[in-house]
Amino acid sequence: MATQHSQPADRLTMAPPAPEPASQPAAADHQSGTKHARTAARLMMAPAVILLLGWMLVPLTMTLYFSFKKFLPLRGGDLGWVGFDNYVRFVSSSAFWPSVQATLVIVGGVLAITVVLGVLLAILLNQPMWGRGVVRILVIAPFFVMPTVSALVWKNMFMDPVNGLLAHVWRAFGAEPLVWLTEASTQSIILIVSWQWLPFATLILLTAIQSLDSEQLEAAEMDGAPPVKRFAYITLPHLSRAITVVVLIQTIFLLSIFAEIFVTTQGAFGTKTLTYLIFQRVLESQNIGLGSAGGVYAIILANIVAIFLMRIVGKNLDA
Amino acid sequence: MGRITLDKVSKSFGDVQVIPPLDLTIDDGEFTVFVGPSGCGKSTLLRLIAGLEDVTSGQIRIDKQDATHVPPAKRGLAMVFQSYALYPHMSVRKNIAFPMKMAKVPVEEQNRRIEAAANALNLTDYLDRRPGQLSGGQRQRVAIGRAIVREPSAFLFDEPLSNLDAALRVGMRLEISELHERLETTMIYVTHDQVEAMTMADKIVVLQAGVIEQVGSPLELYHTPRNKFVAGFIGSPKMNFIEGKEAAKHGAHTIGIRPEHIEVSGEAGTWSGVVSVSEHLGSDTFFHVHGTGLAETITVRADGEVGFRHGDRIFMTPRADVIHKFDAEGLRIA
Repeated sequence: MATQHSQPADRLTMAPPAPEPASQPAAADHQSGTKHARTAARLMMAPAVILLLGWMLVPLTMTLYFSFKKFLPLRGGDLGWVGFDNYVRFVSSSAFWPSVQATLVIVGGVLAITVVLGVLLAILLNQPMWGRGVVRILVIAPFFVMPTVSALVWKNMFMDPVNGLLAHVWRAFGAEPLVWLTEASTQSIILIVSWQWLPFATLILLTAIQSLDSEQLEAAEMDGAPPVKRFAYITLPHLSRAITVVVLIQTIFLLSIFAEIFVTTQGAFGTKTLTYLIFQRVLESQNIGLGSAGGVYAIILANIVAIFLMRIVGKNLDA
Repeated sequence: MGRITLDKVSKSFGDVQVIPPLDLTIDDGEFTVFVGPSGCGKSTLLRLIAGLEDVTSGQIRIDKQDATHVPPAKRGLAMVFQSYALYPHMSVRKNIAFPMKMAKVPVEEQNRRIEAAANALNLTDYLDRRPGQLSGGQRQRVAIGRAIVREPSAFLFDEPLSNLDAALRVGMRLEISELHERLETTMIYVTHDQVEAMTMADKIVVLQAGVIEQVGSPLELYHTPRNKFVAGFIGSPKMNFIEGKEAAKHGAHTIGIRPEHIEVSGEAGTWSGVVSVSEHLGSDTFFHVHGTGLAETITVRADGEVGFRHGDRIFMTPRADVIHKFDAEGLRIA
């Protein structure tokens, strides 16, 4: 066996033939050609890069600029520089830490629900069944509904304590209908947002599950792994990269959810996220300086979350 | 022990019957090769034995026990897949340990068997690597290792060498044969390559469209093929078939003569024709001869030194004692 196997290795250790001297000038020409091409490529990409950079840098700079100013549009406008006053006031407000907590609870809750249900739905949709194509489209449908619309539909048609569908269900079992948005406000928001994002998670995970080699599952079956263990040892590790992608992308969007809160609780009953708090500072209190300082905190929070996520799940992205 | 008996086993997918009722016995310790052209149902037959497909009717017995409805894991068989089906996120060690972990084998015993398998298969240096970092031949060995540690009553191989390059294939072929000599366990091996079948098998099962055409040792199949299909499938290059007047002389509808059983000469012989292509392999030379009036092409094997070229007229004499005779249905006339 050993001799059989060492053959290709021997072949590999042979040095590749040195390039002939005559071919070197040609190679140099070729090199300069690619250098030209690289310069041209940079020039041609420049407009897009500059546009994107400006798109990011201008708002960021303006936010930083306003965060050091006392700027009250309806009460005297620009009232001059105030140093770190806005930052101190934003953090020392009694609404700050609860808003950070609400943000993290909502993001975490939605992530947990969408990933768990997404994996289960993806497995279900991967089974051969009658009408699979139609079911797949139906599952993806919620993603096409605008956040404002879906939140309003949930609020008025499902969660309304008098006429909502859920109230009728509760009454059918003889229970007192739940006043969802008051008594279980955070859970309601999580429910609505999860409903919107579940299709996204399902879609990504479904494509990942379709790329799983069926022979691997059969091998595990022959190796004596029952279905639950096949899922735990074969399917789930196969999905780890897709789950990472889902978690990272969803986090980016979930940190900034706004419409769902705006049309339901308006930030009351513990659903005031950092995004919503900033909105209130800028538009309801008409204090642009204070809101901008909040914006900078939001950037910091997003980065802390990102660092944690990359630590936990980022290694899954390596091939 | 690993005696496998198929009793009137059939398989249908919907309305399509891929395997009509079929009987077959594989004795303990035998190296059996299922061979046939692609789509002949040989892989399906293997999957039926493995339990990955349910039989439509009939009975599968392993060691006299009815195993027809026993789940695959409980049949005591191990399978090596065409794609190797290694678990990509586990190290080689964990891959090999997986079936034992599922069977709750004690850890010391697991380690002992892993070491033994790794030694036997030259994998000791690779135990901590992932399958993605291994070459095709090494992956193949890991797949075999994963099968060995289960100490199965029979090994099932589903075209295990078809993803390897030609040189490696010859090497792995020898390794699997050696493994069989050492373990003396029943092995069932599926391939479409008749060379693999001839070189490795104790018993060859030739299949066509789900039907067993012939069962026998490699040389039995070579010397006394039961019909034209087996005669054409076993042996390389393919047997020449001649119909018409020449066949009638021997009292048959068709006669078959292998390329290696025809003498070539530049001066005189029974048949003559013009060389169309000559393939020089060094040890042998194959001539494809046209214009013989017998068949479109007659293939002849001659010694490597014989140097006829394209366009040369040559004379051929078949060895009379090895002419195979077939009737109008293609069956052998004794």
